[in-house]
Amino acid sequence: MLRIVINRLLLSVPLLLVVSTSTFLLEALIPGDVARTIVGPQGTQAQYLQLRHSLGLDQTLYARYQQWLSGVVHGDFGSSLFNHEPVTLLLNGRLSVTLSLVVGATLLAAICGTVLGIAGALRADVAGRAIDVLSMIGLAIPNFFLGLILVAMLAVAIPLLPATGYVPFGDSPLEWARSLVLPVITLATPGVAIVAKQTRDSMRTVLERPFIRTLTASGLSRRSVIFKHALRNAAIPVVTVLGLIFVASLGGTVLVESVFAMPGLGGLAVQATTQHDIPLIQGVAVYFTVLVVAANLLVDLAYGWLDPRVRVE
Amino acid sequence: MSILGDQTAMEPTVRSLLLTARLRQSPLAVAAIGFLAIVTLACIGALFVAPYDPLHQDLERVLTGPTSHNILGTDTLGRDVFSRLIYGGRRSLLSVLEGVAVVLAIGVPFGLAAGYAGGWADRLLSKFAETIMAVPALIIVLVVLAVLPRNEDAAMVTFGLLGAPAVLRVVRSATLRVREDLYIAAARVSGLTHPWIVARHVLPRVWGPVIVQASLFAAYALLFETGIAYLGLTADPAAPTWGGMVGEASTVIQRQAWLLVPSGTLIALTILAFGVLGDAIRDAAIVGESGFPTRAPANSSVTSARRRVPNGHHPNGLFDGLLRVRNLSVSVASSATPVPIVERVSFDVLAGETVGIVGESGSGKSVTALAVLRLLPHGLYTAGGQVYWKDRDLLSMSESSFAKLRGSSLAYISQEPQVSLDPAFTVGSQLVELIRHHHGVSRRLARSSAVDLLQQVELPDPDWVARAHAHELSGGMAQRVAIAFALAGRPKLLIADEPTTALDVTVQAEILGLLRRLQRETGMALVLITHNWGVIADICDRAVVMYAGQVVETSGIQDIFDRPLHPYTLGLLTAHPSLAEPRSRLSSIPGSVPTPGSWPAACRFSPRCRFATEECVTTAIPLVEVGPGRASRCIRVDQIFSKVTAG
Repeated sequence: MLRIVINRLLLSVPLLLVVSTSTFLLEALIPGDVARTIVGPQGTQAQYLQLRHSLGLDQTLYARYQQWLSGVVHGDFGSSLFNHEPVTLLLNGRLSVTLSLVVGATLLAAICGTVLGIAGALRADVAGRAIDVLSMIGLAIPNFFLGLILVAMLAVAIPLLPATGYVPFGDSPLEWARSLVLPVITLATPGVAIVAKQTRDSMRTVLERPFIRTLTASGLSRRSVIFKHALRNAAIPVVTVLGLIFVASLGGTVLVESVFAMPGLGGLAVQATTQHDIPLIQGVAVYFTVLVVAANLLVDLAYGWLDPRVRVE
Repeated sequence: MSILGDQTAMEPTVRSLLLTARLRQSPLAVAAIGFLAIVTLACIGALFVAPYDPLHQDLERVLTGPTSHNILGTDTLGRDVFSRLIYGGRRSLLSVLEGVAVVLAIGVPFGLAAGYAGGWADRLLSKFAETIMAVPALIIVLVVLAVLPRNEDAAMVTFGLLGAPAVLRVVRSATLRVREDLYIAAARVSGLTHPWIVARHVLPRVWGPVIVQASLFAAYALLFETGIAYLGLTADPAAPTWGGMVGEASTVIQRQAWLLVPSGTLIALTILAFGVLGDAIRDAAIVGESGFPTRAPANSSVTSARRRVPNGHHPNGLFDGLLRVRNLSVSVASSATPVPIVERVSFDVLAGETVGIVGESGSGKSVTALAVLRLLPHGLYTAGGQVYWKDRDLLSMSESSFAKLRGSSLAYISQEPQVSLDPAFTVGSQLVELIRHHHGVSRRLARSSAVDLLQQVELPDPDWVARAHAHELSGGMAQRVAIAFALAGRPKLLIADEPTTALDVTVQAEILGLLRRLQRETGMALVLITHNWGVIADICDRAVVMYAGQVVETSGIQDIFDRPLHPYTLGLLTAHPSLAEPRSRLSSIPGSVPTPGSWPAACRFSPRCRFATEECVTTAIPLVEVGPGRASRCIRVDQIFSKVTAG
């Protein structure tokens, strides 16, 4: 088990390096001068030169990379070009919002998707059709549109829930939960469809395996055969999908946080993009990648729990 | 079961024709293609199709909703929504095209290279692809857009680059499959250059998955493009974009929710069309490979096959046995007509006795057993007959009543012991669950009975086995565990489907010895399915010989070895090394068991029978009583066996 964790962590080093390096190189290699773009056509030459210097653009590429990377390793992404606050501080302040959304969406997808998927495996007609329809809708409707539909229905037409905004858990746990309902549903919908499909297919495969026949023939109740033995074995590919859904939801927060005006990392990324705040967007990219690595690590641990063969190796 | 037969043998042109034909049969696919064509044409011909200039403002008429002037209404600045959608689609569709082009330009060649070259190149490319796939794509594109503001082309190229690994992997695995084909190997040996082979022979065969991927990626690309347009990161704010129009609508959501509808729906429908198209192409390409439909055809009522009872040895008198199988038929629910694989099989099992069901592979022995246990795999169904447990019909009782008999009356062990244990739980926990289910005892008591049971099946270290998982056991150990599972409910009858076939010879003898001992101790009856006459001779009281889905002979064990009364039985016996006459030539039955669906009309064994006459291939042959407790399905039984067995 320890070896799996170490292995995954070692594998994440190249990933982090690829992301950090590519975000750095994008900025450095793309034709045109970032400083010029940021200063804009109205900016003076003095402003431009000053910005170039503060960005370090007057140094060699290698020197800049080395400097930037050593900062990143120590958790220092520099300061925002826009309001000059340390990037790490800005990011940490918003991490909890994004995590609430992404973890909530992944959990919702896991629970609803599994229930629906089991129903689909056992009753192909009704539940199976429901899954097909849901996955068509869930995958075709862009989350920003779905979010706005939900707002129009459940916040404007029938004012049940807040349309936008985020209430920290510490201020009011109830309002925190209420503020999360619509964005989490929005973010989770495609995930529910994907988990349902995967659970259904994987349950169907497992239910055809010989051990199901042995346990049934030996007299175990159908409930135990399906919900304990089949589900446990069917869960292995579902966990992989959940990992992917976590990552996809993370990307989805960029849009969903904008729709619901949530002060999270995704919204910050959009803000950084429009303000050409390069250090900030680089910081978001690295944070997101770290979260992806953490999700993959959890998936690996789940494998180890679900599949005894992994534990031994 | 593939309708297409061997797809790989087909010419690419034939395949693509078939694909087109099948796509045409799918109404959803036709609708998707039609919709995409209309949208594309409207966008290209925007100048002629759009009724208004998309930038023309009319502040007198803002947010009108659908009217006769503006069929989809006007926006906050009084611009015609319909016209803006048509012009806006140009940028979106162009972006989709850019994204797909980049994905294919990178994914296909590198996928081909990885799959075709294999080795370190494959490992390197696959690892790289895996790394890239873990990168959060949207964020990287935002970095690009931060550096190159409003540059949608750059955004789409980046998105395509990050999407390419998924296509690379699909192409790679498709190529890997093709590469192993004989004619590719032949092309290599004959000295054709690699690029030529790839272009001429490999590429046409991986084209299908590539089209599917392209279509699905188009859906993602549009989802993505409208997303960044919604955020206002791409076009000039005044220029119409689909995503941007949703964004504008969101600002007036309190005043007029309608404005969301046209742009949002159009985006969703277009994404849906790309997705449906991709799914339809994939389904069309693999149709017929997935096997059987789930339901039995409507005309297959269980009663329909109730006709003549060609069974001699248990007339309608009282039955004091355990299991009575009567005219049991099983069919494959194939799409056109059901194909029978077991036909009117009848046999009895008395308390405590051992009945061997014997025959070559494909004779229907295992399917008969599974039908009795109501465990037929998906796609097979009981087409007729009855199975009586004492005096209750097992086939017509409810699942919940039958569930009460499972394990406590009838139990089962299979020929693949290792895969018949749940790999996720320890042996002990599965056994404890079974014991508690059957006997309702405490967990502690169940745990000690579990170890007792493991000891009873002669496992050397029961405590260790209880803690072990299936993958840690040898085949022989796993079979002993499976027997322990079956014994947990103290069944009256154990059906063992070739329990020793997958095991080493020495282990086979041990397992048979164990079964015999357990039978002696518990008094349970045993149905042993086997193709091994040694096993039959060793442990059975009676034998049921099956051929091509039918019973061809039933007999007591002594009689059948002394005097077989069916040419097939005779053939099997003389083909068995340990039973043949010393120094005689070991004969074998020529030919093989015909597959279901191709059974000869009259005597199914006639094509392989050296005694067959004209009559054998023209009339149906019933199973008739040929002696006390004996039946044979051979019309020449008197003529043949008086001579043969005398000599």
